Amino acid sequence: MSIFVDETTKVVYQGLTGSQGKFYGLRNRDYGTQVVAGTNPKKAGTDVEGIPVFANVGEAVAATGANASCIFIPAPGVKDAVLDAVNGGVEFIVVITEGVPAQDEAWFFNKVKRDNPNVRILGPNCPGIISPGKANIGITAGEIALAPQPGKPSVGIVSRSGTLTYQALYELKLQGIGVTTCVGIGGDPVPGTSFIDCLEAFEADPETRAVMMIGEIGGSAEEEAAEFIANKMSKPVSSYIAGVTAPAGKKMGHAGAIVSGGKGTAAAKMEALQAAGVKVGNNPTEAGELMVEIVKGLA
Amino acid sequence: MDLFEYQGKQFFAGYGIAVSPGEVADTVDDAVAAADRLGYPVVVKAQVMVGGRGKAGGVKLAANTAEAREHAEFILGLDIKGHVVKRLWIEKASDIAEEYYASFTLDRAAKKHLGMLSAQGGVEIETVAEEDPDAIAKIWIDPVEGLTEAVARAWVEEAKLNPLANDGAVELLQKLYTAFTDGDADLAEVNPLILTPEGKVHALDAKVTLDDNASYRHDWAEYEASQVRDEREQAAHDKGLQYVGLDGYVGVIANGAGLAMSTVDIVNQVGGQAANFLDIGGGANAEVMAGALEVINNDPTVRAIFINIFGGITKGEEVANGIVTALGRVKIDSPIVIRLDGTNADQGRAILAAHESESLVSKPTMLEAARAVVEIAGKR
Repeated sequence: MSIFVDETTKVVYQGLTGSQGKFYGLRNRDYGTQVVAGTNPKKAGTDVEGIPVFANVGEAVAATGANASCIFIPAPGVKDAVLDAVNGGVEFIVVITEGVPAQDEAWFFNKVKRDNPNVRILGPNCPGIISPGKANIGITAGEIALAPQPGKPSVGIVSRSGTLTYQALYELKLQGIGVTTCVGIGGDPVPGTSFIDCLEAFEADPETRAVMMIGEIGGSAEEEAAEFIANKMSKPVSSYIAGVTAPAGKKMGHAGAIVSGGKGTAAAKMEALQAAGVKVGNNPTEAGELMVEIVKGLA
Repeated sequence: MDLFEYQGKQFFAGYGIAVSPGEVADTVDDAVAAADRLGYPVVVKAQVMVGGRGKAGGVKLAANTAEAREHAEFILGLDIKGHVVKRLWIEKASDIAEEYYASFTLDRAAKKHLGMLSAQGGVEIETVAEEDPDAIAKIWIDPVEGLTEAVARAWVEEAKLNPLANDGAVELLQKLYTAFTDGDADLAEVNPLILTPEGKVHALDAKVTLDDNASYRHDWAEYEASQVRDEREQAAHDKGLQYVGLDGYVGVIANGAGLAMSTVDIVNQVGGQAANFLDIGGGANAEVMAGALEVINNDPTVRAIFINIFGGITKGEEVANGIVTALGRVKIDSPIVIRLDGTNADQGRAILAAHESESLVSKPTMLEAARAVVEIAGKR
């Protein structure tokens, strides 16, 4: 099985008529994702290569039965787009957009959690989610992911970083290891879905036999994940933390990737993960090799 | 984006927070004139974005014009931990009865706003947190609920300030919270927050970090213009590239922040030292690549360059063509090692192979490429 999304997931693309939304919406459809609708209040009634466009998510859901949305709206409009998705009735919202103000993220995360606790947000600033062979929602190139292979153990991936997510998918593909679901949670200050949410779902998924977790310096999400792994997970985990040699106080690209006052360092994260029984690699390749060893042990 | 103290105070004042009257001065004469206008005593304060200015002699009290001149002469041009003072903030001195600490920031783990208030202000809050954690009253605020007066009052009472300060503190903290949220700050910190002998509460310092992602809905041009960047960082910033200068000699170009960090890691792990972190974003077209190469090329400390690209959406042959085109546009002084992987990596490597030379080497994995680039850099 996969987590969060599969071949039955029906997705509405908010911003389908924009250049990014159209490009990835069509790519996702080509992959096999059920891309059932788009939204744009000014272009309601039109279509994008056969995908109907509605004024808002509520209308799209009523007409198509969409149960997920994928947001490609520019950052200033993301807060309203998330509310439109929630009010429209979808239960899974993928926010690809980067550059969303932290105050907006904190606000809509808490608003949705309070008023619609059944709704899951993924992102913002994330590559999306792919359940190889079933659905690809977001900007991951589908061809670098290998679907679960019959008779062989499959693994799940959860990552805070975009290109390192692709790297992980690709390394596993080269090794012939299939992936149930790969979740890019994004590097922003208030990610809608956390490492722990994904680890919990992978632990509960019988098809997922092991998990690869890719973290980054800054914050304490990896440390919290380590605690969860130590106490609640039976499945093996391999990991890599980017920014091992990053100097303190330097912000490296992601809002999330900053080390200050000795907190959130890669060393502290790696130590916490190792103490939780996680096999930690010094670079993405090593983490991939560790996963190969884990999978050999499972076969 | 971090603000200077005087900018932080202007930012606070915009939300009705009480700050001391003051003026900015870039020369000794301007400083003296400002001090004369404000009336003595005044405090002459170095405007640098580094802690410990007081200890370094960057904050001095002046009782009269002669002292104001003396202090301004001393502080302007002073080197505080590598930051040379170019600007002063001349502020009317305040009578201080008590010093407190107050701040708002985002607690990423709790996904809520975190307010911290302490009766022990004027010192490093980290020290208080370590030695006497109970001395900091913390509250977690749901961004949807905001900070109500009742909650603010209970919080102030918990912090056990002088009861004389309670009303003023409640009012100031609510304004500070509004500045933090509506003003799109990542951090709004006041240390010290003071109680005057007359029972007034006001902000004697201001430490503000603004969220760059929110700049589109504010007028931050003046703050942006005064940001201090080193030359390399400024050049990269002008090209819209994510760049952080480091101390080594291997130039790094990668696509994606995670991969770029990972590239810096691997260069350092195989015995080299990265000169920079440079993320050119998800794609890797010729124009962006040429811009990145220019930035790296202008860094005299760079002895070899490591280009690390993982093609996802952007296919290997497009990346390779982008690199080749960029190399045609920019004359590069240092040898380049490229690792190209991902979608259609084979086609991409074939294109690179046709251009390979002593100064352009292609390696299939990150580790091999890192070893090669460090070896080449070591020979130069």
